[in-house]
Amino acid sequence: MKLSDIFKKKNSGDVAKDRLKMVLVSDRSSCSPEIMDRIKNDIIEVLSKYAEIDQDGLDIKITEMETDDKGTKSVPALYANIPIRNMHHTAK
Amino acid sequence: MGEVIVITSGKGGVGKTTTTANVGTGLSMLNKKVVLVDTDIGLRNLDVVLGLENRIVYNLVDIVEGNCKLKQAMIKNKDNDNLYLIAAAQQRDKTSVTPEQMKKLTQELKAEFDYVIIDCPAGIEQGFKNAIAGADRAIIVTTPEVSAVRDADRIIGLLEADEMKQTQLVVNRLRPDMVKRGDMMSADDVVDVLRVDLLGIVPDDEDVVVATNRGEPLVGDSKSLAGQAYMNVCRRITGEQVPFLDLEAKKGLFGTIASVFKKK
Repeated sequence: MKLSDIFKKKNSGDVAKDRLKMVLVSDRSSCSPEIMDRIKNDIIEVLSKYAEIDQDGLDIKITEMETDDKGTKSVPALYANIPIRNMHHTAK
Repeated sequence: MGEVIVITSGKGGVGKTTTTANVGTGLSMLNKKVVLVDTDIGLRNLDVVLGLENRIVYNLVDIVEGNCKLKQAMIKNKDNDNLYLIAAAQQRDKTSVTPEQMKKLTQELKAEFDYVIIDCPAGIEQGFKNAIAGADRAIIVTTPEVSAVRDADRIIGLLEADEMKQTQLVVNRLRPDMVKRGDMMSADDVVDVLRVDLLGIVPDDEDVVVATNRGEPLVGDSKSLAGQAYMNVCRRITGEQVPFLDLEAKKGLFGTIASVFKKK
């Protein structure tokens, strides 16, 4: 039971905060986890034409971005961190 | 001209009515003239928390329907001349009052009182819209749980859309011992997620249940941590700078004693 071992190590308070952050991201952006999953798969599909992607290391989420210097107004922003293993040179 | 403050949460059972009763009573103890308005029509409870359930003759719906004068529906508190209650109707529903009527009523009340405190029902429907209609500022009550904080976030969004001038947070029923061992989100965690100003932290306290049983708000009881925390909330509302209670230190002392006994 590797998965449960991982959860045991983490305090339940931290688990709560992480789950809360995740659920608020989709609440605030009105974007469901299913749609996020489809966006992720589509990005993988497109980028795979040009590069070999580390799919396990791929991190994609909707966060918030400040639109002014004061940091009072923010808009949702798509953040994607996509590790590339190899560029397909044939794609040039 | 006074201020209208709505106390709201989204989720039910997090302590809106208890907070309303304690904040109202506390402000009146600070020599402010206060009126509390229960907008939870059909499920009124502020009257019992204040111990005024036997004194209700007229209610909020009677006022807006013109069955009585405003003064006749204001119930004076037992031993505090500065505190009044306008109870909700119990046999009616939320559609008996409109946001426009609430705006007019709160406008009249704040001409006479320093603070008009509105106890908002749970949910985001008509009752919520009525409660926030005339408010100048909002106090969000939440507990350090995923469900309550999620609902609080939704309420904050709705208040922003309604252009509420000031929104502040009260984290209720915090268990410092659980926070310490990492099994509960801290007030800082909640503030970090919700990004609103913190007005107060109220620890989970058995005395709150005892006080509610008796119909006497706890605020100002120096022997109770929650009573002190509520009084600090009141002083911050009036603009005073009050440091947050050191809940950890108190628990630390009890914790030390408890751990000594546990070892034996």
